[in-house]
Amino acid sequence: MSNRLSLGQAFIFLLRRDLLLALRNRAEYAMPLLFFVLVITMFPLALGALPELLARIAPGIIWVAALLAAMLSLDSIFRSDFDDGSLEQILLSAHPIAILVLAKVSAHWLVTGLPLLIVAPLLAEMLGMSAQAQPTLLLTILIGTPILSLIGAIGVALTVGLRKGGIILSLLVLPLYVPVLIFASSAIDNAAMGFDVSAQIYMLLAFLLLSVSLSPWATAAALRMSAS
Amino acid sequence: MLVVEGPNGCGKTSLLRILTGLRLADSGEILWRGQPIDRLAGDYYEQVNYVGHHDGVKYELSCLENLRLARAMGVPSPLDLDDVLEQVNLYAYGDSEVGSLSAGQKRRLALARLLATDSLLWILDEPFTSLDKASMEMFAGLFEQHLQRDGVIVVTSHHDISLPTRDLQRLNLGAQA
Repeated sequence: MSNRLSLGQAFIFLLRRDLLLALRNRAEYAMPLLFFVLVITMFPLALGALPELLARIAPGIIWVAALLAAMLSLDSIFRSDFDDGSLEQILLSAHPIAILVLAKVSAHWLVTGLPLLIVAPLLAEMLGMSAQAQPTLLLTILIGTPILSLIGAIGVALTVGLRKGGIILSLLVLPLYVPVLIFASSAIDNAAMGFDVSAQIYMLLAFLLLSVSLSPWATAAALRMSAS
Repeated sequence: MLVVEGPNGCGKTSLLRILTGLRLADSGEILWRGQPIDRLAGDYYEQVNYVGHHDGVKYELSCLENLRLARAMGVPSPLDLDDVLEQVNLYAYGDSEVGSLSAGQKRRLALARLLATDSLLWILDEPFTSLDKASMEMFAGLFEQHLQRDGVIVVTSHHDISLPTRDLQRLNLGAQA
């Protein structure tokens, strides 16, 4: 009866819009990546010339920095849309909101998560991480950062209506990030020592599947609450 | 066409937001053609176009990009987007960033969504804010056309809306308080 766009087209359209917006606000979106690189480069300077120590704590450093960088970028998922009324238009769309939310979160990951994946090998090399651990590092970042975006989206959706939601956002979201942090850094540790890491990777994959399937719905519901 | 009137703070915007489903009613339910809107969801929303206090346009995008997104979210109308911009006198600004436009031009772009998408029910919250006289008359003409196509408009406005149409109802919220 109607000639509205297919859901897939709407998904791609919103994804492209968010990527375009990120491109036009380059400085703002480069912040998390810059933060990630800066935090990690400060550690060798602060700890001094102790290559064994650095290599030992490298997985932890990289993952903690990734976590904080993700926190830093979360607010941008919905903030500007909320402020200028675009969010209302998205909520009033004829398409299921959860799928549109997934498009926005995907765009967020492409802009903030993917760059971490690209610079991580460089930083790992700088911290002296063993070569056998590096594929695992990349794998955990590939699986882990989308989880950070997906879980973070729920938190942002809940707090976007508050004027000073920043602290509540970190209190809400950081505890949920802890499992990702634990399994990811333990996987890299194990890989560095030459052990099998499939258990941790499977756990991370399970987290990812869980958050992909549940987070968009929770985020959509939270956005409805924040907008009313 | 229903014009909702009343002093500031009497709940005009709240009423409109409840009609869109953005806000939940404390009691009662909103029916569209006999069915509650929360059950209709997408089928209701493809017939609704809402322009609220905020323009809902992205300042970093051009006018055309904004309208394309509006189309992707709703049901595209058969009109060409250039024609839509022409009608709201923004044709020359199609590729300009919205951030560089004036408040009235942004408002016209927000209202251009009504033409870019095909919907039956227009819910408009103070549509004439920061518009000049000529633009107000132009949009009043578009409202008239929409009503003639059996469209429905619910509008709040402090500006005088004088349309030749006969089925204009007024609801004064202030009178009950």
